[in-house]
Amino acid sequence: MDITIPILILAIPLFMFLLLGLTGMKMPHWLAGTLGTAGMGTVLVLSYITALTYFYGGSPQFIAENGERLQAVIFNCTWLQFTPSLVIKLGFLLDPISALMLIVIPTISFMVHLYSMGYMRDHHGVYEHGFQRFYAFLSLFSFSMLGLVVATNIFQMYIFWELVGASSYLLIGFYYKKPSAVSASKKAFIVTRFADLGFLIGILVLSYYTGTFDFMQLTSAPVDGMEGVYQVSEQTALGVKNIFAQSAAPMFMGASVLTWALVLIFMGGMGKSAMMPLHIWLPDAMEGPTPVSALIHAATMVVAGVYLVARLYPLYLMETTSLDIIVVVGALTAFYAAMVACAQIDIKRVLAFSTISQIAFMMVSLGVSRPEFHEGIGYMAGMFHLFTHAMFKALLFLCAGAIIHVVGSNDYTAMHGLRKFMPITNACFLIGCLAIAGIIPFAGFFSKDEILVACFGHSIFWYIWMSAVAGLTAFYMFRLYYLIFWWKEHKVHEGHHAPADQPWTMTLPLVILAAISCVAGFVPMGNLVTWNGVPMFEHVNFFTNLTHLNWSVALVSLAVAIVAIIIATVMYRKENPLPDRMADMFPRLWDWCHHRFYWDELYQFITHKIIFGCISRPIAWFDRHIIDGAMDGLATVTNKASYAIRGLQSGKIQMYVWVYLIGALLLAAVTAVCLM
Amino acid sequence: MESLGGIIMYWVIALSIVIFSVLTVTTRKILRSATYLLFVLFATAALYFKLDFEFLGAVQMAVYAGGIVVLFVFSILLTSHPGDNTSRLVSKKRLLGLVAGVATLVVAGWALVSRCADMAAQLPVMDNPTMHQIGETLMGTGKGEYLLPFEAISVLLLACIIGGVTVARKR
Amino acid sequence: MIYYLIPALLMFCCGVYGFVTRKNMIAMLISLELMLNAVDINFVVFNRYLFPGQMEGMFFTLFAIAIAAAETALAIAIIINVFRAARNVDVNDLNKMKH
Repeated sequence: MDITIPILILAIPLFMFLLLGLTGMKMPHWLAGTLGTAGMGTVLVLSYITALTYFYGGSPQFIAENGERLQAVIFNCTWLQFTPSLVIKLGFLLDPISALMLIVIPTISFMVHLYSMGYMRDHHGVYEHGFQRFYAFLSLFSFSMLGLVVATNIFQMYIFWELVGASSYLLIGFYYKKPSAVSASKKAFIVTRFADLGFLIGILVLSYYTGTFDFMQLTSAPVDGMEGVYQVSEQTALGVKNIFAQSAAPMFMGASVLTWALVLIFMGGMGKSAMMPLHIWLPDAMEGPTPVSALIHAATMVVAGVYLVARLYPLYLMETTSLDIIVVVGALTAFYAAMVACAQIDIKRVLAFSTISQIAFMMVSLGVSRPEFHEGIGYMAGMFHLFTHAMFKALLFLCAGAIIHVVGSNDYTAMHGLRKFMPITNACFLIGCLAIAGIIPFAGFFSKDEILVACFGHSIFWYIWMSAVAGLTAFYMFRLYYLIFWWKEHKVHEGHHAPADQPWTMTLPLVILAAISCVAGFVPMGNLVTWNGVPMFEHVNFFTNLTHLNWSVALVSLAVAIVAIIIATVMYRKENPLPDRMADMFPRLWDWCHHRFYWDELYQFITHKIIFGCISRPIAWFDRHIIDGAMDGLATVTNKASYAIRGLQSGKIQMYVWVYLIGALLLAAVTAVCLM
Repeated sequence: MESLGGIIMYWVIALSIVIFSVLTVTTRKILRSATYLLFVLFATAALYFKLDFEFLGAVQMAVYAGGIVVLFVFSILLTSHPGDNTSRLVSKKRLLGLVAGVATLVVAGWALVSRCADMAAQLPVMDNPTMHQIGETLMGTGKGEYLLPFEAISVLLLACIIGGVTVARKR
Repeated sequence: MIYYLIPALLMFCCGVYGFVTRKNMIAMLISLELMLNAVDINFVVFNRYLFPGQMEGMFFTLFAIAIAAAETALAIAIIINVFRAARNVDVNDLNKMKH
């Protein structure tokens, strides 16, 4: 494959960021928006070309003779060379998951660019302050995220990982005049930074023992006779494991060093993907503009953790302990987030917790995946869910954005009964809800079903657990849907416009995403994305996914979802006292869910009382009194001494002469006395 | 032993030197101070004559008495207002000066008395250096001859003239 | 010899006293001349008594006189300049260069 297109995919967003960031303020608003969107549109086309060439081009560079999909390094140039062995490279890796992400990211990003042209202006069509800056940041984010997914080595990934963190920070704090947005951006940055500390240590441990940052050297083996083409291989990963087993300290605190490295790397993923207990930043991140929430905090950046685990999956496979940890963390997070989502009032918070829960689904899916069971269906299902979830969650967020834009509030109490006013939004939101709830034939059904199959193959306990979470998902999504669009008639206040559907720039992305959500489930993901590139099905047609369903699992999950939807319908379709009565029945549970199980308060306690109180304050005291004291003391002594001898330097010549003379005489006297 | 006239001459010179020196630094009128300095310088010139360095005495009179003191007088007239007396000295300052002066006197005088008291008590016989001799020595380049310092001094004087003009020039 | 050195020493002490106590810069310069003169006498006296017939002391004095003349001329030029700037020749007031 020619390297022009891959380079352009990365260069265009970066160029747009520089252009809009440096000269944006001089541009008219519409030009900045159009430029950003056009740039992203170009990237979209190029990415599609790249990904489709990869999947269907049939080039031997990408597909082996037995149909196995290979990893192709398009280019890999040395960026920093510290020593002959310590080299940091920047490159472009094309393999099933990065090609998948090349479809997901530009799609969502383009939709969000388009949508923002309508969203980032008020009802009178006046653009918001910093509109150009917004587009510059969006471009920066797109660049960073694309760079992250095509990284050829773990260090490049880390660099772009931090870049997406930075652009996320910038976008969450976009309304920098709003204190809550500022604190939310700080919170997001600090929490993910803390997680990245673990990531960095993991990278260092891993590369210290293996002597390489390169993904291919860690997980794949080069294909004979082809340059820059690799095959995911268990043997390479086994080799990495052996390196660790033979290292000086194969065990550290009861676990192997490799496990430690992998768990630490996973910690970075936990931070970015908002796994418990590092999830606290994501709900607050909803302070950013809603398109940003759709792009960064629902569809792309937050799945970086999943992507990271998938990228190093052969290594994780070598240490199943770390996979078990991932499963436990993911399952707990999924359940927790689903519980909390049932009791939130802010619709963006509901969606945020829903996102956490769904990402946890992907994590669990990766964690339970084993090659022994259905050729590692969990890996495929996780990636599948990443893809479908990106589509329908972006759809839901953009719908929510449209609603918020109209209503001017995040609380569903201000909405209620919008279905007649915003029919298109209503339909799109409903499609999104159906997709996430897992109703056939919408996208979520297929991916979620595959995940449950994978869980089923791993252990029956996690299967039941995840099915319950899936039911909860359907319940809270439909609760949200009914509370926004039904419940009671919408009251239009005097002097206000009646809510209505938004202009085409905002509606078009909704419709497109809704359409994708309807059909995305039929993408034969099992043939495109598997952990070792070997396709699962022999023959592929539109109904491949349907025919290969495990119907026993699928029917159960479908039944669970439908029951949950029915419950939600009974409780929330019409205004009735049932929800309040339910809340009264379990007051403690409601309270805990409503307050997100008091995680924020716990962190507040830990950081303020324990870290600030017991560690920082003594350190501050030490700094202020001992270190500063020593410095101040030095200064004071010098000062005092200077004042004391200042008189000597009086500028009075006669005084100098006098002192000089007396000194000379004394010397003379002393000499004379000594000579006597 | 010297002649009586020489002794009287010596005492006159020594006393005038001491008395006028003291007056120079104690008088409160600056112009008088310069005048007393002139007398001191004359006495010194007389001392040189008495010690048979007639050329030096002449130079002392011409340059010091004739040149420098005149300069002093001019500058005094330029810079001080008529009837302007030095204010009375603060006792502390006078004490400092006295301490310095007396200390110098004690140390140097003691050294002088203890070392040189009986050294060369007699005045050795010496002919006056003739003008020819002085001229030869001043313009010679051999050992103990002074062409180089002479030239250096001439350059210094030139620099001094230029410097003086530059510094004191009205801007 | 000592008889000639004692008056010179007294002259020098007067110069020291004057230099330390005087406020007027010209008066200080006068005191300086006193000291210089005392030193000149020393040169001459030592030459006359210890090395009669030679002329080192005499020439030193000669040059010292010349240098003293130069120095005085320059110093007076500076003083006049200062006077022009400050309308004053009091050494205690000359503290502008300190800052």
